[in-house]
Amino acid sequence: MNWKTTATAMGLALLASTGLARADGVLNIYNWGNYTSPDVIKKFEAKYNVKVTITDYDSNDTALAKVRQGGTGFDIAVPSQTYVPIWIKEGLVLETDPGKMENFKNVAPEWANPDFDPGRKYSVPWALGTVGVVVNTDAYKGPADSWGIIFNTPDELKGKVNVVPEMNDVIFAAIKYVGGQQCTDDKAVLKKVRDTLVAAKPNWIAMEYNTIEKMGAGDFKATSDWNGSALRQRLANPAIHYNYPKEGYGLWSDNVVVLKEAKNVDNAKLFQNFIMDPENAAGLSAFHRYANAITGSDKYMPADMKDAPEVVIPAAAKPQGEFQKMCAPEIQDIYTKIWTELQK
Amino acid sequence: MATAEEVAKAAERRDVRDRWLLSAPALLVIFLAATGPLLIVLVYSFLTPGAYGDVKWQFSSDAWTSVLLERDIFDDTLSLAAAHVTIFLRSIKLAVVTTIATLALGFPTAYFMATRSEKTRDLWLFLITIPFWTNLLIRTFAVLQIIRNEGIINTILLKLGIVSAPVQILYTDTAILIGMAYVYLPLMVLPIYASMEKLDFRLVEAGYDLYATRFRVLRRIIFPLVKPGVIAGSILVFIPALGAYVTPSVLGGGKNMMLSNLIELQFGQGRNWPLGSALSITVMIIVMVALLAYVRNAGKSGVRHG
Repeated sequence: MNWKTTATAMGLALLASTGLARADGVLNIYNWGNYTSPDVIKKFEAKYNVKVTITDYDSNDTALAKVRQGGTGFDIAVPSQTYVPIWIKEGLVLETDPGKMENFKNVAPEWANPDFDPGRKYSVPWALGTVGVVVNTDAYKGPADSWGIIFNTPDELKGKVNVVPEMNDVIFAAIKYVGGQQCTDDKAVLKKVRDTLVAAKPNWIAMEYNTIEKMGAGDFKATSDWNGSALRQRLANPAIHYNYPKEGYGLWSDNVVVLKEAKNVDNAKLFQNFIMDPENAAGLSAFHRYANAITGSDKYMPADMKDAPEVVIPAAAKPQGEFQKMCAPEIQDIYTKIWTELQK
Repeated sequence: MATAEEVAKAAERRDVRDRWLLSAPALLVIFLAATGPLLIVLVYSFLTPGAYGDVKWQFSSDAWTSVLLERDIFDDTLSLAAAHVTIFLRSIKLAVVTTIATLALGFPTAYFMATRSEKTRDLWLFLITIPFWTNLLIRTFAVLQIIRNEGIINTILLKLGIVSAPVQILYTDTAILIGMAYVYLPLMVLPIYASMEKLDFRLVEAGYDLYATRFRVLRRIIFPLVKPGVIAGSILVFIPALGAYVTPSVLGGGKNMMLSNLIELQFGQGRNWPLGSALSITVMIIVMVALLAYVRNAGKSGVRHG
C-alpha cells in the first residue's frame, strides 16, 4: 500500500466515523453471544437513526458481575428469568414500565405477568426455550423422552453422551429424574441427586457448550441441550431429534431490561417497544432459533420453524414443562458442592 | 579535615543514594502493580460471599477453611475436602508431566538447533517462534482438528485400513497431554537453546578424545553446562501449566476440573468469591514452594565451570 491509498483509506474512515457521529443517537446492547439478529438491528437503526453496538457475554453470572461493577456504558442487557429478580433487587435496572408500552398488547397472556417481573415493570420477553435431551437416532433408536439418556445411559450411547455444563440446568434435571422438586433442600433427594450424577458421569464423553458443531461432526451422539440449539442440529442432520423428558423439563426465558446507568434511556425504551412488534419478534427468532412470546409473530416466522417440534412444544409434553427458578443462596451453595463433587 | 578516603566514601554514599532516588518512581510503580491486585485478592479471601456473587464486607475465615476442609452436606461432619485435593493433585500431576514431556522433546530440539551452522540457526529459531504468532485458543483448536474422530489422524488411519473404527483420542488424558506439550514446547526450547548456543563444543570433542561414551558426554559435559537453560525452561513451562485453563477444557472435554476451572466456578456459577480468592492464593503458594524446592535442589548439585 502506498501513501496515496493509505491517505484515501484514512479519509474514508474519517468520513465514516463522522457519519456515525451524525446519527441521532446510540444504543449499546449487552447480550449473549450469537443471539442478536443483525437484520432486526439494521431495521431498528434505519427506523430511528440510531447506531447500535452489541457486546457479548457468555453467562448470566458474567453479565451480572460486570454490570454490578458499574461504568459499563451499556444501555440494555438480556438476563434469564432466573436472574431478573436479582437484577431488580440489586437496583441495576430501570423501571421502564414496558407493560404500558404501545406494542405490549402483542405479548402472549401467559407471558404478560410473570412471577419474575410482576406486571412487566422492567422487562420485555426476548426468547423462550426449554432444556431437553438431544439424540442422534442413527446411534440410538429406543425411546429418548427421558433424562435416563443422560443419567442412566443406554449401552448404545455409553461414552458418547455430552452434558452442557450449566450447573442449575443439570441439577434441575437430576432432581426431576429422581422425582424431587426444583430448589429442594430435602437431603434425601439431594443425596440421590449426587449419587445419580456421580454414577452417570463415567458414561459421558464430555461436558461442553459446543454442541451444535460436535453433534454435527459426530463427536457426540446425545447431549442435554437447549431447544434452539437442537433445531440447528436437526437442520444440519435430520437424524438428530429433540426430546422433552417425561420426568419434567425446564422452561426458561431471556428478557430485555434497561440498565439504571444507561445513558441512552430513550433509545433503550424504543428498542424494548420495537422488539414486541410481531414482525420484529419473528425476525429475532429466525436468527436465534428460539420461540418468542409475541402473539401474531407466527405468520412472519421462517417456514422451518413454524411447526418445528423444538419450537412448538407438543401437546403431550406441555404439562411436564416447569419454569425454572433461582434457588435460595444456601441451597445454591449445596448445588455448588454437588457440582464440585461431580467434576472433581 | 576529612581525609581523601572519607571524601571518597561520602561521594560513594551520595552516588548510591542518588541511584535509589532516581529509580524510586519505577520501583514504586512495579511494587504497586505487583502487590496491589494481590492484596485485593488476599483481602477478598477473608470476606463473606455475597448472596449472588461479589462479597460482603464482613470478616470470615470460612473460605480458607473450605480450601482443604469441608463440612459434609449430608451428615455435617468436617473432613478433608477430598474433591479439592483430587483437583489440586490432578493439576500438579499434569504440570509435572507436561514439564517432563516438553523437556524430553525440547532438549534434543535445542541441541539440534545449536549444532547447525550459524546461518541456519536463525531459521530454526524463527520456525520455533512461529506458533507464538497465533492465539493459544486457536493453536488448541488446531490440535483438536488433528486428533478428533473425524480429524486428520483418524481419517488417514481409516483410509489406510489400519483401524476399522476411529481411535478415541479427543477427551482423554492423552489428548490433554498432546495439547499441553505442543502449546508449551517453545517455552522449553528457547531457554535451553540460549544456553546451548553458548556451549563450547570443543569441550565435547575433548570429552570424546578422553574416551567418554556419548551418554557420558551428555551427562557430564553438555547437561551440566546447559542446566541453567533447563531450569529456566522448566519453570517457564511448569507455572503456566499449573494454571492451564483452555487446553484441558477444550481437549479434555471439561468433565474433570483443573485448578483453574475450580477457581472459575467460584467466581461464576458457584458465587463464592472469597473461596475463589483463597484458592488462587493457594495456587501461588504451591508454585512458590515448588520453585524453592526445585531451584535449591538444582543449585546443590550444580557443576561449576568457568
